[in-house]
Amino acid sequence: MSHPAKASEFLQDAAKAKWHDETLWFVRDKRDTISKTIPEWEQLRDLASQIKDNVLANLDQYLIQFEEKAKANGIQVHWARDAEEHNQIVLGILQRHQCKAIVKSKSILTEECHLNPYLEKNGIEVVDTDLGERIVQFLNQPPSHIVLPAIHLKKKDISELFHEKLHTEKGNEDPAYLTHAARLHLREKFLGAKVAITGVNFGVAETGEFVVCTNEGNADMGVHLAVVHIACMGIEKIIPRRKDLGVFLRLLARSATGQPITNYNSHFRSPASGKEIHIVLVDNGRTDQLGREKFKNSLKCIRCGACMNTCPIYRRSGGYSYGSVVPGPIGSILSPGLDVKKYSTLPFASTLCGSCTDVCPVKINIHEQLYEWRQEITKSQGTNAKSISMKIANGIFAVPFAYKVTGSMMRGALKFLPDSITYSGLNTWGKQRDLPETPKETFKDWYKKNRS
Amino acid sequence: MPLNKKIGLFIPCYVDQFYPNVAIATLELLEKLGCQASYPMGQTCCGQPMANAGYERDTVGTTKHFVETFRDYDYIVAPSGSCVLHIKDHAPPIPGMEKEQEILHHKIFELTEFLTDILKVENLQGSFPHKVGFHASCHGHRGLRLGSSSERNEPFFSKAKQLLDQIEGLEWVELTRKDECCGFGGTFAVTEEALSVQMGKDRLQDHLSHGVEILTGGDMSCIMHLEGIAKRNQQPLKFMHIAEILNQALS
Ligand code: SF4
Repeated sequence: MSHPAKASEFLQDAAKAKWHDETLWFVRDKRDTISKTIPEWEQLRDLASQIKDNVLANLDQYLIQFEEKAKANGIQVHWARDAEEHNQIVLGILQRHQCKAIVKSKSILTEECHLNPYLEKNGIEVVDTDLGERIVQFLNQPPSHIVLPAIHLKKKDISELFHEKLHTEKGNEDPAYLTHAARLHLREKFLGAKVAITGVNFGVAETGEFVVCTNEGNADMGVHLAVVHIACMGIEKIIPRRKDLGVFLRLLARSATGQPITNYNSHFRSPASGKEIHIVLVDNGRTDQLGREKFKNSLKCIRCGACMNTCPIYRRSGGYSYGSVVPGPIGSILSPGLDVKKYSTLPFASTLCGSCTDVCPVKINIHEQLYEWRQEITKSQGTNAKSISMKIANGIFAVPFAYKVTGSMMRGALKFLPDSITYSGLNTWGKQRDLPETPKETFKDWYKKNRS
Repeated sequence: MPLNKKIGLFIPCYVDQFYPNVAIATLELLEKLGCQASYPMGQTCCGQPMANAGYERDTVGTTKHFVETFRDYDYIVAPSGSCVLHIKDHAPPIPGMEKEQEILHHKIFELTEFLTDILKVENLQGSFPHKVGFHASCHGHRGLRLGSSSERNEPFFSKAKQLLDQIEGLEWVELTRKDECCGFGGTFAVTEEALSVQMGKDRLQDHLSHGVEILTGGDMSCIMHLEGIAKRNQQPLKFMHIAEILNQALS
């Protein structure tokens, strides 16, 4: 289904859509306030963007450096060309340890690889331990936002869900009560899991260590209780030096939720004695994107979600309207790289307002890439009715006389057509909006009479 | 003040067709400020609707025609941020005309930026006793940087406010979401009809709840969209392009 269709579906529940818009606006507002307490905010963004430029230009070298250092630290490094390979590697490790149940902490990459269904198909129980992710997992839904996975659900929905799944008191919507119930439930899962999977926010080439950021401490809880830690990392998550972390950690939490810093920034360098750390470095289309000059900047993304919170389209259409793992503005420039046909409506789900670009902590030119994808998509679609009308339009605008004739025809039509036709379902503009009144004369006519 | 310079008036095609008053106000305003502005009769459209729909490559003819029409002017002024942005950022390079295009990009201005940055208007004499809400159209606002963006950590500025504040009796109304998009977005208004209208409604509500009498802006396209929704829902708001307010105040 296309974005417009899903968006209008979302908007049908007007009250919920309004609430969704306001909730995310609240987060964006918090971000605005806190980002303005940092006098050097714009310089930080510049710096982050430059560091990432350097990473993208030398990605191969940094990855090799990272692998060497990580191995020297006792971490086992795996490479995965695509999602399939990634899943097989993870499954292989689990099978070697005869592990039947795992805990996982927020990782969009494993979503991207559809790891959960793959492992479940192979008889392994997967429990997402981030509260929001656990909630959508109960519902058999993917996250609708990369930082706030269950932001599309209201307290009432969660209360009902927990009553059904965790036998909480019916009708009790108290967040503290519900969170407590979830915590007890998850504790049991943490204790039972031999293997913990986490995502990676930053891999440091210089030291071979990596950093995982969570607000609930669930990554630490899982990893410390388990014998084996599998970290899944997209290859673009590399940063050159440990000291670069200062730049990114300051930007990440502020951009994501308006917090000064994420509650838990856990550094993993080498396994404790008797334990194992594996890291899976995943490409899955990233080097293809790196090869697209106009779009490679999208790989700078640190997944803060700020572009979603600020996007007036995302706020009013919800994460599911995008039909891609990463929704919102950044998803709309990443997804067409994976499947241009499937995601062809996403770059058009924007007014090119540019708010995403101004909010992005690593200065990705998101709205410009949306524009560029539109050019690519129409090319890949070949000739169709729309492209023919565009060619005609170009012919018209290039020839003033033709423009004048069609212009007056258009004005004439608007003036004489009965409202029943102009406002019929055929006329999309007129469905919920009045058309401008047609003036007696064009400016051109007026100018001829009054000035020349 | 470059009063002896030749100014070419660039009037977007839909303004020519549907909002001649805005074009007249732009011209009269420039004349009142002592400028020699003229309207090249051969002009058509800038090509923006096609480019934003993904057909930039089909605007070569349109762009070439634009350059030929305006090449001899010292300045080009348009009452539309969005069309100016298109010419600067998205008009395709025309083989053999690259240099001319480059020069043109430096002499084309949106009306308010021409008034503040080139004419350096500081002392407008006029009155307009109304509560005015300004809709910062995105392409002008974040594209041409006609005002500070609420996402960025930068000192506040607004070229429109700088001008409107000079008018006696005019009350500038602060909005809750200062620079949120109205949902017009060219073809977006049609392809994403439901969203577009919802965004417009929300934008209007912000103005209404702050007691705005007249909603103004620098782009008629956004105003056309907002006015269309307000009229359909019989909301008590008036709509004027900023050129109309300034021109009326100065008379
Ligand atoms: S594109 Fe920028 S704003 Fe959006 S999630 Fe990535 S880093 Fe954050």
